[in-house]
Amino acid sequence: MSSGFNLDPTENMLLVQQTAREFAEKELRPVVMKYDETQEFPFPIMKKLAELGFLGATFPEEYNGAGLSPLEFTVMIEEIAKVDPSVALSLCAHNGLSASHIFMFANESQKKKYLPDLCSGKKIGGWGLTEAFSGSDAGGMRTTAVKNGKTWTLNGNKNFITHGSVGDIFIILAVTDKSKNKNGISAFIVEKSMKGFSVGKKENKLGMRASDTSSLIFDNIQVPEENLIGKEGEGFKQALQVLDSGRIGIAALSVGIAQGSLDASVKYAKERQQFGKTLAEFQGIQFKLADMAMEIEAARLLTRKAAFLKQEGKDINLAAAQAKYFASEIASKAANEAVQIHGGYGFIKEFPVEKFYRDVKLMTIGEGTSEVQKMVIARKVLE
Amino acid sequence: MTILLTLDITIMKILCFINHVPDTETKVKVSGDGKLLDPTGINYMLNPYDEFAVEEGLKLKEKFGGEVVAVSLGGDSHKDTLRKALAMGVDKAVLLKDANPRDSFSLAQSLAEYAKEYSPEIILFGKQSIDYDDAQVGGLVAEMLNLPSISVVVKLEITDGKVIAHREIEGGHEIVHSKLPIVIIAQKGLNTPRYPSLKGIMDAKRKPIEEKTVTANSPKIEVIALRKPPAKNPGKIVGTDASAVPELVRLLHEEAKVI
Repeated sequence: MSSGFNLDPTENMLLVQQTAREFAEKELRPVVMKYDETQEFPFPIMKKLAELGFLGATFPEEYNGAGLSPLEFTVMIEEIAKVDPSVALSLCAHNGLSASHIFMFANESQKKKYLPDLCSGKKIGGWGLTEAFSGSDAGGMRTTAVKNGKTWTLNGNKNFITHGSVGDIFIILAVTDKSKNKNGISAFIVEKSMKGFSVGKKENKLGMRASDTSSLIFDNIQVPEENLIGKEGEGFKQALQVLDSGRIGIAALSVGIAQGSLDASVKYAKERQQFGKTLAEFQGIQFKLADMAMEIEAARLLTRKAAFLKQEGKDINLAAAQAKYFASEIASKAANEAVQIHGGYGFIKEFPVEKFYRDVKLMTIGEGTSEVQKMVIARKVLE
Repeated sequence: MTILLTLDITIMKILCFINHVPDTETKVKVSGDGKLLDPTGINYMLNPYDEFAVEEGLKLKEKFGGEVVAVSLGGDSHKDTLRKALAMGVDKAVLLKDANPRDSFSLAQSLAEYAKEYSPEIILFGKQSIDYDDAQVGGLVAEMLNLPSISVVVKLEITDGKVIAHREIEGGHEIVHSKLPIVIIAQKGLNTPRYPSLKGIMDAKRKPIEEKTVTANSPKIEVIALRKPPAKNPGKIVGTDASAVPELVRLLHEEAKVI
């Protein structure tokens, strides 16, 4: 039954917001730059987040999940991203891609086997679609899976995989029938412990540095046939739906970065004095803040609309692409303006906007570039 | 001979009285009649000292088993704060419904009436609410119930019905012994309140908030006026090098009278 799209946050959304905000301020804020500089994966933070249920946020209790609604999830991601976008990205990848893929398409015994450990955070999840020669064009995939008896033999590489070097359970997309192109791709659950699985290069990144990104190498991994998700050849279709849903998380993450940029800018504009008055008294600065505030509100509404449609079980393809495209672009603009407002202080690491400026760039690239979102939107418009 | 040497508590009934107060970032305004805080535009939260009380209640339940009940007196808006206590893990929440302002005495009377009915082994309060800062209600409730009370508690141990509490006093701790049932008034440092987990938040939705209408007895005090403190005088720069020190010392001594 549809309850209608409500602009007021529910009591639960406010409680989730409060918990996420308090956690971010007290536990994350003090260590943000440490993990950014060392590019270490923040295991202690992830452990605490796991205890609070953040690693199984949207999944039912029977799998150890917290049972949050998609709307509550967007609030959670936004609050974490306001303080550390890279931790929010880890939560998006773990919840929104790997655990979601299993929850959406795996059979009951696969769910029972893998979801409880992912939801409790005992195991970290990763999701492998991208390869060196296939990013936006997933049809060019080269990783193969060949069936022999009761196992599939996987060979190939995956690139830019979030949690590549720290993950335990991966959803891997591989070509099972080259002749069928996109309909010849299948999804498998691959465990780190399987023979032939190895981690390649860990990337040294511009931003999102606390979120691990590595390549994966598969050398004759024997994957049991019961680890195929859904039917053979359905992998790519599954992946597109997982991405639709994951994009809502990326949109929420972008809104969080934009809001964090605005908050820091407002604070700075009220404190910083030039020519005998605060920056906030200059109309040029006010106009920047006004644009940021308005665009954030619009992006948040698009994001929540997409989450609402998901909650209602409706098609989210268009809404998620619009939310992700708009939110990531306005977040890039907001982070850029925030650095501009801070002047020289925006260019150094003592103020949070320097990190937002670096982190935000991934938002217009990951889980489908802005250009890919435009393709998705145009396809719907021209239908 | 006393037979009941040890009080073997299998089910401990724990009562936490909590308050709904303006959050610490709110800039408070005085209401039109000049006697109360103006509630418009204020974000409210669970009183921080009461968070210590709730956390201690939950820890006692984890140790002894039993039930933790959170009770707040006020209007419907107090339900948000009760919901937070439920999300932290209390078993039941009760709203003693009366939106009218109360003085500490009439508030304590209603709370004591509820406590009498529920008859808990332990009643927990925060040391004060950060709105009006009276810091009286815990002690008053204990008196009304004829129970011992220990205030500004920073450490609490309960074994076999015996209570050992550390009180924060000037320059150290005072260690006091008592026995159940008791009123414990929490000070910062007693524990680190937990964040409500996401599961806790979802569970809270399923727990009911019981409502009871209560009426106030005549208050013992009347607020005549509430005013914001006067604005601070601007600072004075006496000089920028060592030659200004004698003048600075003179001003601190004669004008500011702080040395």
